[in-house]
Amino acid sequence: MTDMAIGGMRGGGMLRRAASGGVLPILTVLLVIVMVWYVAAVGMNAQWVRDQAARSGAVLETGEFVRQTLTLDRPVLPAPHQVAAGLWDGIAGQKITSKRSLVWHGWVTLSATLAGFGIGTLAGILLAVGIVHNRAMDQSLMPWAVASQTVPILAIAPMVIVVFASAGITGLLPKAIIAAWLSFFPVLVGMVKGLRTPEAMQMDLMRSWSASPAQRFWRLRLPSSMPYLFASLKVAIAAALVGTIVGELPAGASSGLGARLLSGSYYGQTVQIWSALFTAAALAGGLVLLIGLLERLTLRRMGLAR
Amino acid sequence: MSQPVIRANAVGLTFQTADGPVHALKDVDLTINKGDFVSFIGPSGCGKTTFLRAIAALETPTSGQLTVNGMDPDAARRARAYGYVFQAPGLYPWRTIAGNISLPLEIMGFSRADRAERVARVLDLVDLAGFGGKFPWQLSGGMQQRASIARALAFDADILLMDEPFGALDEIVRDRLNQALLELWAKTGKTIGFVTHSIPEAVYLSTRIVVMSPRPGRITRVIDSPLPASRPLDIRDTPEFIALAHEVREGLREGHSYD
Repeated sequence: MTDMAIGGMRGGGMLRRAASGGVLPILTVLLVIVMVWYVAAVGMNAQWVRDQAARSGAVLETGEFVRQTLTLDRPVLPAPHQVAAGLWDGIAGQKITSKRSLVWHGWVTLSATLAGFGIGTLAGILLAVGIVHNRAMDQSLMPWAVASQTVPILAIAPMVIVVFASAGITGLLPKAIIAAWLSFFPVLVGMVKGLRTPEAMQMDLMRSWSASPAQRFWRLRLPSSMPYLFASLKVAIAAALVGTIVGELPAGASSGLGARLLSGSYYGQTVQIWSALFTAAALAGGLVLLIGLLERLTLRRMGLAR
Repeated sequence: MSQPVIRANAVGLTFQTADGPVHALKDVDLTINKGDFVSFIGPSGCGKTTFLRAIAALETPTSGQLTVNGMDPDAARRARAYGYVFQAPGLYPWRTIAGNISLPLEIMGFSRADRAERVARVLDLVDLAGFGGKFPWQLSGGMQQRASIARALAFDADILLMDEPFGALDEIVRDRLNQALLELWAKTGKTIGFVTHSIPEAVYLSTRIVVMSPRPGRITRVIDSPLPASRPLDIRDTPEFIALAHEVREGLREGHSYD
């Protein structure tokens, strides 16, 4: 009863917080960020505008000077409204099958991210199960898993792409492998911890019922590990997205947000770079949110929600 | 009624630790008969829990013989000879009370209909009828511990091993549960092994009290209770009860004078 009452209050609290000024601090922070961004944009683009003016011999008033710094075609730092316009054009201004559409590039990245996340999660869980149940694996596997993460992914990604390409495999799979490389680790660490959460007493109870190892796993270890699984899935999916984008950077890739970043930097299209960056950030945020939702639903159903 | 179910003959158990061997049990001789309510009492480190765990095959004696129903403890466990109750209820938060009680039954392969019937019966036995659909967090600590006793009873083991089952509960709840446990024992005729820190609890519940002392863990005294089978709570004010409690306390002091 008490718990439910607290839960109810928590739900209502969000609305009340929003009404009583919880939104205000958030908006204030956002406003400050945008303002700092504008000031930075003026500052960083000033040199170019000054050079142009000097070359043409024009003398700029302050107002005109600022206007020019914020409307350059290829600014060093695009202003927020330029990025917004670029985003809008990329998302809504193109057919979604167009090579200029951020929706299309986003989908290419998303599909490889999800595939890599799936592979990585499965690998992480399987390795964790092995580590928890097998002493030899426990002592031999973890150092390798840690080593795999200390090698810079930027160094590995091109090798993976090249190796797969030489076997005639391009597109989604090699990128998914790179994404899996990054995302298996948090799942592995979280699940090893999670599968080991049952107390000695609960394991003793299982023993007193002569439970088989499989029964112990499915009925005790796995359900106990759920909170840990979801916490690590959130890290893993963000890592999978980073891995996919890195996998799209090596030369030759023509689709995906990573390719969009790369071609933007080739041609000095900073607005394109920033638009792709924001799309990637939104994608990551959405995915983490989705896992969080899944987590809440599952844990509440299991009666494990805190 | 004097058919022996648990027999210990010179049982010893030594743990190998980094600081050298620890003698958790040494030369323990004890026979527990069918239907006995035997309490083990002593300071921490006296081996009472270890002995109970050895009976349950959760520890293996390093010397001597220990048999349960004439079998070695491991075989007895597979024959479902006993149910074990720990200090904490250890209920799964993701299962209802009925689901928790049916867990060992699922593991042992009872049919669905049989499980439902047994869960209903043991819930009734521990006075939790109607609470089967609740989740553990919706129940008080005392009710949770009753549910864990029901879980230990569900598969009809003849022996109930309880390791300080009420140690974490307050005294009022504890009194009520002690009374309920005696009723349950009278109704089912189980053999009960009960580890406790509390002299009144041991005296109130038991037909026999085993006093133990540490370093090495051993039995110093076995006291047969002269109290009648029917025990209302106010039996604790009778001279017999007080005399028995005194004898247990003497036994505990005797054990301590060694160090």
